[in-house]
Amino acid sequence: MALIFVHVLLLLAMPPFLLGVINRTKAWFAGRTGPPLLQPYHDLIRLLRKDMVFSTTTTWVFRAAPVVTLSAVLLAGLIVPFGSFNAPIRFTGDLILFAYLFGLARFFTTTAALDTGSPFEGMGAAREVTFACLSEPALFLGFLVLARISRSISLTPMLLGPLHAPLAGLAIASVALVAAGLFVVLLAENCRIPVDDPNTHLELTMIHEVMVLDHSGPLFGVILYGAAMKLFILSAVVLHVIAPFQTGVAAFDWLLFVAEMTGIAVAIGVVESVMARLQLRHVPTLLVAASLLCGFGFLLMLR
Amino acid sequence: MYVALILVPLLAAAVAAAVPSNRLRPWLLPAVAVTHLALTIVSLSRPAGPFVNRWLALDPPGRLVLLLISTLFLICSVYSVGYLRLRAELSNRIFCVALLLFLTMATFIAMSRHLGLLWVAMEATTLATAPLIYFNRTPRSIEATWKYLLVGSVGIALALLGSFFLAYAAVQQGMEPSLQLDQLLRDAPHLSKPWLHAAFILLLVGYGTKMGLAPMHTWKPDAYGEAPGVVGALLAGGVTTCAFLALVRVDHICRSAGDSAYCGRLLVFLGLLSMAFAAAFVVGQRDFKRMLAYSSVEHMGILSLGLGLGGAAVFGSLLHMINNAMTKGVLFLSAGNIHRAYDAKTTDEVRGAMRRLPLSGTLFLLGFLAITGSPPFGPFISEFAILNGAFDGRRFLVGAAFLSLLLIIFIGMGRTVLTVVQGRPSAAARRTLYRDGLLTGLPILASFAIVLLFGLYIPSPLRAMLHDATQYLEVRP
Amino acid sequence: MSSTLNAALVVVLLLNLLALGTSRIRALVQAVALQGVVLGVTPLLAHAHQSAVAGFIAIATVVIKGALIPRILFKALRDAQIKREVEPLVGFVPSMLLGALGTAVSIALAAMLPLAPGHAQTLVVPAALSTVLTGFVLLTSRVKAITQVIGYLVLENGIFIFGLLLLEALPSLVELGVLLDVFVGVFVISIIIHHINREFDSLDTRRLSSLRE
Repeated sequence: MALIFVHVLLLLAMPPFLLGVINRTKAWFAGRTGPPLLQPYHDLIRLLRKDMVFSTTTTWVFRAAPVVTLSAVLLAGLIVPFGSFNAPIRFTGDLILFAYLFGLARFFTTTAALDTGSPFEGMGAAREVTFACLSEPALFLGFLVLARISRSISLTPMLLGPLHAPLAGLAIASVALVAAGLFVVLLAENCRIPVDDPNTHLELTMIHEVMVLDHSGPLFGVILYGAAMKLFILSAVVLHVIAPFQTGVAAFDWLLFVAEMTGIAVAIGVVESVMARLQLRHVPTLLVAASLLCGFGFLLMLR
Repeated sequence: MYVALILVPLLAAAVAAAVPSNRLRPWLLPAVAVTHLALTIVSLSRPAGPFVNRWLALDPPGRLVLLLISTLFLICSVYSVGYLRLRAELSNRIFCVALLLFLTMATFIAMSRHLGLLWVAMEATTLATAPLIYFNRTPRSIEATWKYLLVGSVGIALALLGSFFLAYAAVQQGMEPSLQLDQLLRDAPHLSKPWLHAAFILLLVGYGTKMGLAPMHTWKPDAYGEAPGVVGALLAGGVTTCAFLALVRVDHICRSAGDSAYCGRLLVFLGLLSMAFAAAFVVGQRDFKRMLAYSSVEHMGILSLGLGLGGAAVFGSLLHMINNAMTKGVLFLSAGNIHRAYDAKTTDEVRGAMRRLPLSGTLFLLGFLAITGSPPFGPFISEFAILNGAFDGRRFLVGAAFLSLLLIIFIGMGRTVLTVVQGRPSAAARRTLYRDGLLTGLPILASFAIVLLFGLYIPSPLRAMLHDATQYLEVRP
Repeated sequence: MSSTLNAALVVVLLLNLLALGTSRIRALVQAVALQGVVLGVTPLLAHAHQSAVAGFIAIATVVIKGALIPRILFKALRDAQIKREVEPLVGFVPSMLLGALGTAVSIALAAMLPLAPGHAQTLVVPAALSTVLTGFVLLTSRVKAITQVIGYLVLENGIFIFGLLLLEALPSLVELGVLLDVFVGVFVISIIIHHINREFDSLDTRRLSSLRE
């Protein structure tokens, strides 16, 4: 019971903190002081107090999308195990639900973008969907490897597999390859450099930001919060493959989890600071490479 | 004695690099050629002596190849003197050095009884002959050299991998691996079958690339088309023969392992495929040097076919190896003369070669008749022997395909050759001052005489050597 | 011992993937150089006991594949003043997919070839075949002459990987044969590239297409 409580608490409270860590890391690299760590929370509260403006071309889809997105992501967060603890909800095959919840979220976001009738949003929607197409195989192949190692298709046993069972020689190589591939997927799904620049203000170069250009006020806050939660959940998934450690004591394990998540946020910040954004036409190559990395991992498992 | 065979051309290459005079340097070539031929005949007249380290020796197939290379080189070297005199504006240092290095390496290949040594020598022939193709320094010739080097190097690399597979076939069975031929022949039945098969395929593809079997022949039309005639003769007669010898050795190992059916099938298939490719591309070919390249592809196919059929057809293959080299000598050298006279090599511009160059034109025509298998020339006898072998082994379909492809190639080549030699040179065509001379004409005549001789009567020493080689390669199941 | 060797071979496979996907020729040369260095270290990993011969071969391989040959290639790049490969005949993403397919095929083929008891758990044969196929794809699909040469080098790397299995039995022959091959090949090929560049003022082999049927 307490487990579920802590899980939900972290899921609700931590995501904006990750954003703050990323921004702080990037500022540190650039030699600036940067915004305070809790700035994203202040931003969300500020947005909640604002008014909303709706374009006359939009329909109920535009209003529903942020809410559906947040609910889907929240539900997905309840299926994913954090740290070395089980997820609150688990059943056989829940990894497929996981993938499709994200798909649902993405579907509503892109449809809302198309709903506005603006060409910029349509362009962003097209790009988002294309890149999602290319990163799905990576995600699934990575999950396939984990499923084969743990011999189960439920997220909790799969992701906790590397933690509980010591891995043999080739399995370590497979998991390492999957880790690299999933990290690229993490960057792609959350629109981080090198796939997308979250700080760009040129619509022609945006992917995610341009889709949410027309949202305002509390609904925009909901969208930002949902995006942060998505980052949090995917980071938790990647964490299992990169650093499957546990201390055995519940409290310390939660602290370890928080620390590792901060570590991943720092890593994302570092990647954003040292790399430049790829040319749009080279992004498919990167995503296909990520899929192939996971594919290689899978091939190695087949022997 | 064997060491002398290798050292003489090698030292001569060093001397050729050092000689400063462009006029005198070419005379080194016939001098070395005569010495080499003399040494060869002396070595052959002795019984097969003790082997050096068991790595270098002259076994029956090697003797044939050595004699062939030596003779062909003599013919080409005499021609080169005349040729280089006509191209006095270019420095012939690299040309002469490369030719002599080629002779060294070809001798190595003929004498090598270790697959690793064979491989190194084959690689060296690729590297030695590449500058020869580039002799004319035109953009097209550099394109041809590039393709030759790249495709040849890939082939050689695959042959190396195949040799490794062969060695591993022994390791996998827990035996001591070796690439020495006698050891391999002894161990063959015990080698691991999957590795042996994979090795055979790789070695076939690798050495087949050097031979110019289809579908690895793509470098041939460009290389033979752009190289000077004498280089074409050496490539078509010498390098391909060396590669064929390598293939013969590999096939011998495979047959000793009891896999005759497997190797035979692959060799027959590639042989017929090469002939088919040649037939397809030779029809309507307007450049007569490229036509000769496709003819070379065809004859490599015939060699492979004969080897694959086994039995009596192997005799035909070995005889054809000799006939092909000599006839290609005639064809390429006379084609070179015609090219020089007209400064062009396509049928649009070259007509009436028989009137313009009586000797070269007539020999070109007779060479065409010989290479397509007309009696009374040598190739007829060897192709007939292969056909005999096919029918003896009840491979009627193969024999029928062989005959029909020969016919198609005859018709296709005939169109090109007859257009070139018959008629009158058009008034608008270019004329250079070239006339058939002693040095550029006599070698072709000599080569032609040999081809004619072998069509009428094969001298008994040669017949004995051929029989020895066939016996040596035969494996009792 | 075998797991470190396998790890090194996985790195080699990843470098193959990188080589197929990148359009920057400098990155390609660096990837192949790194591959050479990793391969140079593998004889020390493959031997159960280190011997002086293996050590010498390792050092020679690292120096030649990791330093000498890349230097020749970088110099050729500087002379020709090219930085990027043009969109090749097969495209970068399809090349990567072809390479991955080739790796899958290599693993399947390798399963059909039985290994000696001492070599049973290694990835040597699939890695060797996969690298050879990657070299082939690079050779046949790339347009610039220098990238074709790099494809040939990758092919040679593949053959070297296979040679690891024969190290105990025929050590010197294997390594020296391959090293000699590579060295002489690149030496000659760099001369040819110099000539091509001089003749055509470019290394684009699409210019070398006047000879056709």
